[in-house]
Amino acid sequence: MSNEKTSLIKRITSHPLFMPIVCLIVVLLVNVIKRPDFFKISINNGVLYGYLIDIINRASELVILAIGMTLVTASSGGQDISVGAVMAVAAAVCCEILSGGEVSTNEFANSFVLAIVAALVVSALCGAFNGFLVANLHIQPMVATLILFTAGRGIAQLVTKGQITYVRVGTYKVAGGYIGKCPIPTPIFFAIIAVLIAYLVLKKTALGLYIESVGVNGSASRLVGLNSTKIKFLTYVICGLLAGVAGLVASSRIYSADANNIGLNLEMDAILAVALGGNLLSGGKFSLMGSVIGAYTIQALTTTLYAMNVSSDQLPVYKAIVVIIIVILQSPVFRKYIADIKKKRAVNKQAMEGGRS
Amino acid sequence: MMKKNKSKNSLNSSTFLLLVTIALFAVMYIAGMIIFNDRGFASPQMFLNLFISNAGLIVIGCGMTLVMITGGIDISVGSVTALVCMSAAYAMEKKGMSAYTAVGISIGVGILFGIVQGYLVSYLEIQPFIVSLAGLFFGRGLTAVISTEMISIKNELFLKWANCKIYLPFGTYNKHGAYQAAYIYPTVIIALAVIIILTVVLKYSKFGRALYAIGGNQQSALMMGLNVKRMKMQAYVLDGFLAGLGGFLFCLNSCAGFVEQAKGLEMDAIAAAVIGGTLLSGGVGTVIGTLFGVLIKGTISSLITTQGTLSSWWVRITLSALLCFFIVLQAIIAYTKKKNINKLE
Repeated sequence: MSNEKTSLIKRITSHPLFMPIVCLIVVLLVNVIKRPDFFKISINNGVLYGYLIDIINRASELVILAIGMTLVTASSGGQDISVGAVMAVAAAVCCEILSGGEVSTNEFANSFVLAIVAALVVSALCGAFNGFLVANLHIQPMVATLILFTAGRGIAQLVTKGQITYVRVGTYKVAGGYIGKCPIPTPIFFAIIAVLIAYLVLKKTALGLYIESVGVNGSASRLVGLNSTKIKFLTYVICGLLAGVAGLVASSRIYSADANNIGLNLEMDAILAVALGGNLLSGGKFSLMGSVIGAYTIQALTTTLYAMNVSSDQLPVYKAIVVIIIVILQSPVFRKYIADIKKKRAVNKQAMEGGRS
Repeated sequence: MMKKNKSKNSLNSSTFLLLVTIALFAVMYIAGMIIFNDRGFASPQMFLNLFISNAGLIVIGCGMTLVMITGGIDISVGSVTALVCMSAAYAMEKKGMSAYTAVGISIGVGILFGIVQGYLVSYLEIQPFIVSLAGLFFGRGLTAVISTEMISIKNELFLKWANCKIYLPFGTYNKHGAYQAAYIYPTVIIALAVIIILTVVLKYSKFGRALYAIGGNQQSALMMGLNVKRMKMQAYVLDGFLAGLGGFLFCLNSCAGFVEQAKGLEMDAIAAAVIGGTLLSGGVGTVIGTLFGVLIKGTISSLITTQGTLSSWWVRITLSALLCFFIVLQAIIAYTKKKNINKLE
């Protein structure tokens, strides 16, 4: 009886999603204690309103980025730190086409679809550039993406000619606002659709398995007939494309392209989301749902810190500490150390029991 | 036989990269002298200005070279610089401490970063990139915690250091025919001293050779009986020290501390090291090369400022493009080397 019970507890605690969910619950609990009306959701002016909605809404870009980051991490064992800059580039391209080169516009200068497609193509190209450097030239992922990390915002500035381009058109605000009379903010739909598509593609096709096997051992996967270069390249293109989508949503929220601030520090949040989701940052097996939960946890943490009057400049301190704690817990040396302690304890216990009998 | 060939090959490729760098620098500088001759680009002071405005970066780049030789990387240096400037400015202006204490604080901050990051990288075996990425955000955030407003430094002794010109025995005549002696600041002398000391250390000391061995092949270094973990740790601490020192030199140049300071400096330092022939995979690199890398970066920015109409983003974009070019060049060299070894086998 007791054996069955422990095995159930063990099964729950050893589930890959256990830690991410516990983290999320802890952050939410802190919020509930600090303000009892945390879970209250009301309807103001026909739209849903409340802290929870705010967190889910604000986390949308992060969720979209986290999907791409998870795939890149799984396949290449490195992270794409250019996603924030790629977001800025996508936003700049889209707004510049829509405004036709003007600083501010009240109607579309070019077709809406053309602008969206152009922005997504450019962001996919950015991803392809990273992918080429990583997969074909075997450069460490973070060094390769460092190039766009610094150059990206400069490119975005060049596209917008150093100004903040405004697109004050109702249609453009939809992606970051509300569809018609729907009370749920649109970014939430974007996040859900992105997660659903990614989930279906990864589970219904063999792509997910391929990515994992390339991440676990690239040369072995090549020997069993997988084109590991192509798969790595593909994950970077997907990551770039998703960063472009996130950039469009972020730019639609403020109906402008602010090259300096769109996606600022989001690369850190995305990496953090992947790590919090229980994924190894060194690649291999991954859990998409873990990263998604991780992304919501990060956003909840950010909102909590804002509520505690921490300025946006100071946020990175706390996040950096969380990252370091997670990577220390994940590090093989630390794990071995803990395992050794456990083993010693077990041996001691056995010795004691043996002595008693 | 094979081993001999291999070592000769790697020597060739590293000197080849260094030669490419020096040639590139010469071509860029001479082109600048020809195109912008009328705007004083050809004067010796212009050349010295490269050192004056980049003294901090030279020192920081040297630290970066050290960790890159071990096969690691440190992208926190820009934030450490901002933190050093801010804490030095805060200590002197808000707490009334002396300039000497500020130097101590600066180097202390740098070493502390080095110790923590070094421990995490070498003893806990966490990827250096993740560790220093956290360091990047931590340092920048901590700068904002100290003060979100700009603090300009008015400490007398500090300003005396910052404005102490050392005149050289040569100079130019300006438009009005008055003689102007060329000058440098003490920061340049410190930077050059760091270069000379590190060159000697890397080439002739046990520690320096060990770094190359670790970067070349960690496993063999371990089997040779080197204490790999401790050596790596020492490299990161030394890197932290140099980041602190470089940060202070940077501060002498800017005389202020603010949150956005030195943003993207880590990129400049990495680019300088890579352009100077340091391999990202470790085991190859010289601080002299890094010096030339910094000079190239300095030439690009002074070319763009002299030209006048191009916006300052072009500096970053050009530098990124150059970095990309050299990374690809390294990859090609590594590929051909691998092919040669395969052939020999």
